[in-house]
Amino acid sequence: MTDVEARTEGAAGPVFAYAPAPESRDIVHLDAEYGLFIGGEFRPAATGRTFTTVDPATEEPLASVAEAGGGDVDRAVAAARAAYEGGWGKMRGRERAKYLFRIARIIQERARELAVLESLDNGKPIRESRDVDVPLAAAHFFYYAGWADKLEYAGFGPSPRPLGVAGQVIPWNFPLLMAAWKLAPALAAGNTCVLKPAETTPLSALFLAQICQEADLPPGAVNVVTGAGATGAAVVAHPGVDKVAFTGSTEVGKEIRRTVAGSRKRLTLELGGKAANVVFEDAPIDQAIEGIVNGIFFNQGHVCCAGSRLLVHEPVAELVVDRLRQRLATLRLGDPLDKNTDIGAVNSAEQLAKIRRLADAGSEEGAERWSPRCTLPERGFWFPPTVFTGVSQSHRIAREEIFGPVLSVLTFRTPAEAVAKANNTPYGLSAGVWTEKGSLILWMAQHLEAGVVWANTYNRFDPASPFGGYQESGFGREGGRHGLEAYLDV
Amino acid sequence: MVPTPLAGPWSLDIVTSDAALRKLLHGLPGVDQVGAEARAAALATRSIKREAKMWALEMAIAMIDLTTLEGSDTPGKVAAMCAKARRPDPADPEVPPVAAVCVYPDLVGAAIGHLAGSPVAVASVATAFPSGRASMKVKLADVRDALDAGAQEIDMVIDRGAFLSGRYGQVYEEVRAVREAAGSALLKVILETGELATYDNVQRAAWLAMLAGADFVKTSTGKVAPASTRPVAVVLLAAARDFLHASGRRVGVKVAGGIRTAKEAIAYLVIARETAGEDWLSPTALRIGASTLLNDLLMQRAKQLTGVYSGRDHFSID
Repeated sequence: MTDVEARTEGAAGPVFAYAPAPESRDIVHLDAEYGLFIGGEFRPAATGRTFTTVDPATEEPLASVAEAGGGDVDRAVAAARAAYEGGWGKMRGRERAKYLFRIARIIQERARELAVLESLDNGKPIRESRDVDVPLAAAHFFYYAGWADKLEYAGFGPSPRPLGVAGQVIPWNFPLLMAAWKLAPALAAGNTCVLKPAETTPLSALFLAQICQEADLPPGAVNVVTGAGATGAAVVAHPGVDKVAFTGSTEVGKEIRRTVAGSRKRLTLELGGKAANVVFEDAPIDQAIEGIVNGIFFNQGHVCCAGSRLLVHEPVAELVVDRLRQRLATLRLGDPLDKNTDIGAVNSAEQLAKIRRLADAGSEEGAERWSPRCTLPERGFWFPPTVFTGVSQSHRIAREEIFGPVLSVLTFRTPAEAVAKANNTPYGLSAGVWTEKGSLILWMAQHLEAGVVWANTYNRFDPASPFGGYQESGFGREGGRHGLEAYLDV
Repeated sequence: MVPTPLAGPWSLDIVTSDAALRKLLHGLPGVDQVGAEARAAALATRSIKREAKMWALEMAIAMIDLTTLEGSDTPGKVAAMCAKARRPDPADPEVPPVAAVCVYPDLVGAAIGHLAGSPVAVASVATAFPSGRASMKVKLADVRDALDAGAQEIDMVIDRGAFLSGRYGQVYEEVRAVREAAGSALLKVILETGELATYDNVQRAAWLAMLAGADFVKTSTGKVAPASTRPVAVVLLAAARDFLHASGRRVGVKVAGGIRTAKEAIAYLVIARETAGEDWLSPTALRIGASTLLNDLLMQRAKQLTGVYSGRDHFSID
């Protein structure tokens, strides 16, 4: 260039390393012990049993939480039934809406606290809990509050009626958001709920229970029973439950379907996925790279609709993989409470072991494994962002849901081949398409067997948009007008 | 990924025909508007604290092209700005000088005398700034005028009318002609992205300027709204990164217009770091065209050092 370069060369200084910018942990006050939320009150489990929930980033215990047994589930279902028959089910929609609007507003008021809590208990980066989980949870309550007095216009006949008591079992990947997805439509439609949060992430559901108290929700309309698999099984099998909604693994989903078979219970399942993110040669490459990153590394890949299989058009395969590697080198892994963290902790030791097992299988089957240079913290559960290239459809990492930050890259030559490979999975929850050609987007969307197809974006959620799967990814839809159907006798 | 046309087996006139340039520019990967804006918004949430903030504040000061481009400019106004450019904070000699002052060609002479012996360069806008609506003869005379008065850097504008009507060859030739006229002076090419309508066009105009020999591609004149935006910076820095990859030549990016706060300036540094890489974190590769920004940077820097905000009147208004 010119002499400007010489003049200013010395001014560059050290590289621009971001200093730690942690959100304050003190925003959340945690009690030492938490009880079950039944009939509008917190109480210990009848058996007195408890379990400990830990911060996956440090393995430090956060709180001791009651473990609900069969008797507790009985009481919760009875409380829900009493609330349903005692008024909630017959209440005018516009009255129910007031409670839901109130819950939504309190979630917004306590957003910062909930975000920190969620990051502590789950391990996800504060950036995501603050910008995605909590705002979307509030948005779901706002959205369904709006439906509560308009159910006869939802397209399900002139007088759709609630089902009764809903038993809802939710996973650990989006603890608060999944609670909102379950509770908001159920309550709006006039049902009462028994919610079972995941054993590794019970806290935000309990805070949501506090919020229900604060909103003066009639006692028993929402009950929260914490515990592990046995508690969830008791909720699902309980004869007093009219409707079962489950989000989680396909394995447990199959078990639940067997349990409720032959009963009057309605069932919706939102299960696993092995989504294809399809990048064509004419894709907006930089934005596609962002979409790939967001598709698989958002929430450490603990996302049922994660874009875990990248299908990339052969003419741009090398370019895309190169760019992806450059981009991954800028990802920041570490303290979930640091506002600049992109990749947080894996939620549990058990999940970490599963991710490791499947990633090792990828290496053993001959795929090429790559991770950016990054230092993993010594304590806690961590897994680096990982990309496998040279993956075939027959590899386990192309077929099984890893539920971690592991991307399998496959290539294709024609749109037909892309569709064939994308659909060649027992799942069918979501897919992504990247191309500047509108007609190809429409063609792909018609042919992809997936509940959600994102075009030139990925992992975008909105309460007005229905979400749900094909095949072993489950059935029923959550979100939107469609999400009401699961909670109405239509 | 992108062919390097100047190194190709073709003769230059074929490469620079409208059709050939169109093929090249329209063959670049598209820019998705929603995605580019989402990326810029995500980068804006980076939280820059403590030593990182201090470093960024001082780097931003060193990257400033301190600018006055008003019809009411006078030698007196330029003299005051030059004093500020050399020593932004009279109370603290640790504050680095800015990169350059930027004025109209007729005031280059006024600036030169006040910057003698300092590392601050004199930049001049030229080529019928801000509209670019003049004959090539006038534009080149404008450039020579600035250079004769001693300008070390030329901020030219492209002919947006020619660009939008697809006369890419004309835009290319104009930049090349100015490049030749400018000689060893640093050439910044103002794309006026607020008039280019789409991010695809921003990317194409940037490539056109880089191919024609720009040292910097610059967002705006400051006379058109919107001026610099964060998504445009994302697109320009990505283009500069790709151009380096394709040609081996590093081109800088200058964001200009409407950047008034330290927070915004730091957001641009973050975008540069995470889009193009750390090599763009230098006044040789990133510039910020601004005037009032400097005082906010000084105020935030003083806050970092002392823990308190001084009043506005502790910083000179020039």
